[in-house]
Amino acid sequence: MTQAEQTLPESDERIKERSSFHKALIRPELGGVCGTILVFLFFFLTARDSGMFSPAGVLNWSIVSSQFIIIAVGACLLMIAGEFDLSVGSMIGFSGMSIALLSVTFGWPVWLAIITTFILCMGVGALNGWLVIKTGLPSFIVTLAFLFILRGLTIFAAISTTSKTIIGGIRDVAEGDWLAPFFGGKVLTGVFQWMGDEGWIEVYTRGIKKGQPVVEGIPMLMVWALVLVIFGHWLLTKTKFGNWIFAAGGDAQAARYVGVPVNRVKILMFMFTAFCACVFATAQVMEFGSAGADRGLLKEFEAIISVVIGGALLTGGYGSVIGAALGAIIFGVVQQGLFFAGVESSLFRVFLGVILLLAVILNTYIRRMITGEK
Amino acid sequence: MSEPLFEMKNVETPDEAIIKMKGIEKHFGSVIALSGVSLDVLPGECHCLLGDNGAGKSTFIKTMSGVHKPSAGEIYFEGKPMNFQRPRDAISAGIATVYQDLAMIPLMSVTRNFFMGNEPTKKIAGISFFDHEHANEVTMAEMKKMGINLRSPDQAVGTLSGGERQTVAIARAVHFGAKILILDEPTSALGVRQTANVLATVDRVRKQGIGVVFITHNVRHAMAVGDRFTVLDRGKTLGTAKRGEITPEELQDLMAGGQELATLEGSLGGTV
Repeated sequence: MTQAEQTLPESDERIKERSSFHKALIRPELGGVCGTILVFLFFFLTARDSGMFSPAGVLNWSIVSSQFIIIAVGACLLMIAGEFDLSVGSMIGFSGMSIALLSVTFGWPVWLAIITTFILCMGVGALNGWLVIKTGLPSFIVTLAFLFILRGLTIFAAISTTSKTIIGGIRDVAEGDWLAPFFGGKVLTGVFQWMGDEGWIEVYTRGIKKGQPVVEGIPMLMVWALVLVIFGHWLLTKTKFGNWIFAAGGDAQAARYVGVPVNRVKILMFMFTAFCACVFATAQVMEFGSAGADRGLLKEFEAIISVVIGGALLTGGYGSVIGAALGAIIFGVVQQGLFFAGVESSLFRVFLGVILLLAVILNTYIRRMITGEK
Repeated sequence: MSEPLFEMKNVETPDEAIIKMKGIEKHFGSVIALSGVSLDVLPGECHCLLGDNGAGKSTFIKTMSGVHKPSAGEIYFEGKPMNFQRPRDAISAGIATVYQDLAMIPLMSVTRNFFMGNEPTKKIAGISFFDHEHANEVTMAEMKKMGINLRSPDQAVGTLSGGERQTVAIARAVHFGAKILILDEPTSALGVRQTANVLATVDRVRKQGIGVVFITHNVRHAMAVGDRFTVLDRGKTLGTAKRGEITPEELQDLMAGGQELATLEGSLGGTV
């Protein structure tokens, strides 16, 4: 019975040496990296003089990209764990409205309104996850239901309490609050002021802001995006829990058999997605100073598209947070870049459809390569 | 049904058995999947569990590995009565199960699969990290012991052959201290050479003092490695026989329910 040992060659002659190109291709981020380079190259050649790469221009597409990144990180981890959340967009509208109603209409302190909203949203996320686990239904259906439920509740709550669908005045009540600046504030303002004083970056030359830099600092939104990407990447690739996320999405039953708490992993990922949506909404509410019942429309799809462009498989078990972040950057840069390049903005959707299709085709090809299927 | 061709004895269980299952019954609603199955496993033996489709083999091993709770019957693990609530309980007691299709996750690397559910961690600045370096080393070493040369531990399991996947799963179970290794039809989807490799692995594992429960409906595979043979039919144990006490033909007939197959076999010229 030991013949297998004796006859085993040092290396199997039937396995072809794989080129490093091939190895690079089976990394999930590859599509994202190539896409990002192409997109930047394209806009650098076509829209260089439009102000897209001035400090203000960079800030403009960075903010949009950061928004996409925040929801993409949540959607990415959830997709790798094998589930979807289509209620992200409605969750954004819901949590924004919740903060506005609690703080402006009911007069709660803003910090309490924010914390309550986070708890509420993560509760809804947990409910989503629990329903998916308990009923065994596809998360697609369960969260589609919540897409409507949350949107409807948001509009109902706004109309029934204030008879408006947009609630303003948040900036005034957030004045002096300790928690609000973590979402609506700016960091490194001193550095930017100094760079402006030194004449390195553009400053206002007229008006009441004379002498102040055009870009005052890095918005907290971008800090959140960065922190979430680092956290997500660390969690997925460097921890025990990350291995469980892959396992839960790769084959839930196989994972259960070796003792991975699949249900807990999935529910936690639904909660994390809700958390990300809530971060998005809070930052948006603080930036605009208002909440609208129609905020976040279609965001769930934009998050999923970013994740797919970033190399994650729709079927779960494979993907990368860095890839999803790059997907989100491609998204943000193209959306704003078309504006800078003076291209009709409706073409953005055409681009979106095309790139989604290409990404999915590439992903299918990659999966075949990893698993060696024909 | 007529009398069995071979009378199997219900031998009194030796005391050193790692696990002893007595009169296990399992009912799913009105369906009686198991109606009194008994089996015990000694250290270092390969106990083959044979039976045709629907005989209750799968239900029985799922009871053994904590997936199902038995409706009636007793389980003794190392002499103590046991009551597994979850698969996790059975795993921590030392009962590892390798399922035919569900052993590995094809999209994940060999290392990630190997340590799935048992990830090694190291602390850096108070934060717990997955210890990839250690995990990769252990995986490479364990695979080499089992006679598989990996291109790299990052290689996805999907690139391995069916036999290699089974071997990785077995190596994993052994590495994590299994006392009982349950193999659910490990050879049923494999080619000749791969089957030989898996059977060789079973032999290697047995020599380490681990009790192997080998589920199959292929008598030849069972005869190749089995020390004892238990035949299940319609949710009941027909009995247990030791190696040398029973011929492959007798086993085959028992599995198929005696006389009926004998007639069938006659018309096929004894080729089944």
